[in-house]
Amino acid sequence: MKKKLISLLLSTALAATLLAGCGSSAADTAAPAADSGAQEAAPAADDSAAADTAAPAANAGGTTYALVTKSAGNPFMERMASGFQEAIEAQGGTVVIQNPEAATPDAQISVIQSLISQGVSSIAVDGNDANALTAVLTEASNAGIKVLTLDSDVAPDTRTVYCNQAGVSQIGETLMEAVYDLTGGEGDWAILSATSQATNQNAWIDAMKKLMESDSKYAKLNLVEVAYGDDEPQKSTDQTQALLQNYPDLKVICAPTTVGIAAAAKVLQDQKSSVKLTGLGLPSEMAEYIGDDDAHSCPYMYLWNPIDLGRLAGYTSIALVDGTITGAAGDKFTAGELGDYTIEEIDGSTQIILGPPFKFDPSNIDEWKTVY
Amino acid sequence: MKKKSVGQFLSESREASLVIVLIILLIVVGIINPSFLSFTNIRQIFLNNTLTFLMALGMLCVMLTAGIDISITSTLAFAGMSIGLLQKYNILHNTFLLFVIGAVIGIVCGFLNGIIIAKGHVAPIICTMGFMYIWRGMAYVISNNNWASGMDVAGFSDFGKDGAPGPYIILIIAYIIFFVVMKWTRFGRRIYAVGSNTEAAQVSGINVDRTLTGVYTIMGFLAGLAGVLSVSIYASAQPNMQYGKEMDVIAACVIGGVSMSGGRGSVAGTFLGALIIGIISKALPMVNIPNFWQNLIKGVIILAVVILNVVTQRTMERQNLLRREM
Repeated sequence: MKKKLISLLLSTALAATLLAGCGSSAADTAAPAADSGAQEAAPAADDSAAADTAAPAANAGGTTYALVTKSAGNPFMERMASGFQEAIEAQGGTVVIQNPEAATPDAQISVIQSLISQGVSSIAVDGNDANALTAVLTEASNAGIKVLTLDSDVAPDTRTVYCNQAGVSQIGETLMEAVYDLTGGEGDWAILSATSQATNQNAWIDAMKKLMESDSKYAKLNLVEVAYGDDEPQKSTDQTQALLQNYPDLKVICAPTTVGIAAAAKVLQDQKSSVKLTGLGLPSEMAEYIGDDDAHSCPYMYLWNPIDLGRLAGYTSIALVDGTITGAAGDKFTAGELGDYTIEEIDGSTQIILGPPFKFDPSNIDEWKTVY
Repeated sequence: MKKKSVGQFLSESREASLVIVLIILLIVVGIINPSFLSFTNIRQIFLNNTLTFLMALGMLCVMLTAGIDISITSTLAFAGMSIGLLQKYNILHNTFLLFVIGAVIGIVCGFLNGIIIAKGHVAPIICTMGFMYIWRGMAYVISNNNWASGMDVAGFSDFGKDGAPGPYIILIIAYIIFFVVMKWTRFGRRIYAVGSNTEAAQVSGINVDRTLTGVYTIMGFLAGLAGVLSVSIYASAQPNMQYGKEMDVIAACVIGGVSMSGGRGSVAGTFLGALIIGIISKALPMVNIPNFWQNLIKGVIILAVVILNVVTQRTMERQNLLRREM
């Protein structure tokens, strides 16, 4: 018993020394709660955040808010995490950012489990699968942790609220309108998506399909195929080339995914194809391909601001933890500089919508390509 | 010597059986979608699979020594990410120098594999598994959550642009060099000797350690080169690039008749194996096979070809035996 106590003390001291060495902000450098917590809290592959995430403090002063992204090594996720971190640190909270090594639900399950054992106050998840996370998120809620989602949702009854970058129908309408505009109102078009089970991709594609059926304006448009590039440049390239070869009358490709749209843009531009491209893409990735003339493959595209989306999730986490909102429809709160938000009931689930998608075209791409 | 029937000829040459498989594949796909056999399409098969074609040559050498290297796509990502970042942060934009740097990174990675396997007598799959995680991890660490793409690699990506000759020239040169080296040089014959019987090779004065180290270094060099090419062809450097694609390279070799137990395999067979892999991945989306089925069918085709290969091999051996008895 004595030995155990000594070793516990020693490891606590060691962890505290490490913490001090890390140079994290003075306010949070209280002794870590448990000896094992210190190592687990360090994120898998995020150097920038490492200093701030060393360990959750034991006293009530430091509430810890966690964010689980889709995967490491993705600039969109990185910007989102930076917004989240900024919003929470401005309010004096501690942030833990976990980037799973692969964009799979099982990788997320293991990081969420370690967050539960660390006893964080809230977990914001960018779901890699709608249903696979159900068990682990229910476990988190049972442990008293506030669970919310952002970017890509999970099953609605396993989380309190979903921070949606833009309403599904809003994105569907915007993209459909872009396809209508670029095709001139009639002809063949195709979709290049990410993986076939990506929750948000499928929701947007469904919204576009429904619009085509319900609105006679789109009656002359013919969606020839939904291809899946799995968010891999090589496979997206293969799929784009196959679309061009299989459908000689193709006029427009719509790629609502950042990897897919960049791969397709390169294929179209290299081949000097007359097929036009639109969709959702990162400005820094797409700057090379955006232009009105024939030399560029993408006249315009859309996206939201990932930094703002992260901020919104940060403020929502704080509001959930301090009890300002419970996640019920009609709850109102202020998300710092983003303004006032109300939780809405959309498609049978509670959501907070960031705002309409932002249009990137030749007039503003130069100013945005350096931002994200 | 009596005349051989066509059937006999085919069952005696593994490459010939692969050519038959290839022709059947092309006919089937060509009937379903005639545009598959267009010049552009054939050209793109080579372009999109440049990396598989290139790395299969290294994997051939490694597998001839009864080894395997599963760290290649990690080496590729590390080299690719490095040269991507050099451009992103405007340190270097010279295409030739970027190729040299990528190749040097690959050589270092491969040399480490080789030295540990040869001198440390660590099983190749274990050693390369370690480096698989290490180099992939390094790619993530140096990327620091950034990608290099689009405008970052503008100019450099012209080298691998669809229609530019660069990647094809590299492939042709690589295949010619390897064909010559494996068939007619002392180094090439040593690789075969080490693979078919290590002890006999040692006794006959071959420096086994040096041959092994050389083989893995060559593999690393090709993987580094593939990393640079990948960034150029896809105009994108991401830390997870070509994740899991080492299996395509190994599959190309296995389909091409390279034996996992060493000593058997040829450059021509490897080429045909890589070509079959390339045709499969290009053809499946074009014959309107639903996405969910594509991987499944790819697996079935790989198994079918390998089984055919093994059967051919057996018949070959049996016939050789019979001939000796007579």
